[in-house]
Amino acid sequence: MSLYDWLLFLHVAAAFALVAGLASFGVLVLGGGGAAMRRALAPPAIALWNAGGVLVLVLGLGLAIDVDAYQPWDGWILGAIVLWLVAFGAGDPLTRDLRDPSAGLAPERARLLFAVAAVATLLLLVDMVFKPGA
Amino acid sequence: MTLAAIRPGSWNLPLFFHIGGAMLLVAALVVVAAAMGAAVRRGDGALELTRVAFRALLLGVLPAYVVMRAGAEGIVSKEGVDDASWVGVGYGTADGGLLLVIIAAVLAWRATRRGDDAPGGAGRAVVVLAGLLLLAYAVAIWAMTTKPG
Repeated sequence: MSLYDWLLFLHVAAAFALVAGLASFGVLVLGGGGAAMRRALAPPAIALWNAGGVLVLVLGLGLAIDVDAYQPWDGWILGAIVLWLVAFGAGDPLTRDLRDPSAGLAPERARLLFAVAAVATLLLLVDMVFKPGA
Repeated sequence: MTLAAIRPGSWNLPLFFHIGGAMLLVAALVVVAAAMGAAVRRGDGALELTRVAFRALLLGVLPAYVVMRAGAEGIVSKEGVDDASWVGVGYGTADGGLLLVIIAAVLAWRATRRGDDAPGGAGRAVVVLAGLLLLAYAVAIWAMTTKPG
């Protein structure tokens, strides 16, 4: 396998992990689960969201540098970085609340933050597939 | 440096549904594995966790499978790569995986009928099936991205 193959495989696998973390957040935030649900889903949600998020960004930048047709400063790549920042800006308070429930994030605010993270992640996928301007 | 192939724009929509469906499919399977795994390990909240796993299979995995599979048909017909070995890996994991998903859904439903008890053997089987499916889909992701052969 070439470096490009490895970067693309791990980049896509990281994106799958990111979405798995987001879906677990969704079950916790929208499902209104109790303590047992929180204990079961919070650790994988936080791990997948954080590891997937960091790896998808780092490996994506690696791809942008490795591939001749793309540059890290291309509009669709800069857009992706902004969407990544929005998603993680919204996801950070959610992960902190899951780690320490005494932080007391209001359910309405948690739902809003989850919605922002979900929409930003969906737009990231749209941007990655359609590559506007590439 | 790698020279990337830019695909035709008409491929993007089916590819979007294929990848998006696959991501939701794997995400729902992770919820199934985590919830049922916790239900099997612990007594408290077992019924709630078992129900979450069953709903994730029924309302998450199965609809996502349909979206992923429909997108796959769309992109394969546009690319004209029906005979490629990496497409065979995708079809194999998708079609074989559907059978395992249906078996897991039936087992999860049976586990919910046990009431407040831990989900028992049916729950353990669901965890094993979800783990096997996640491994198979990891292989499929590798095949779809690296396109061996």
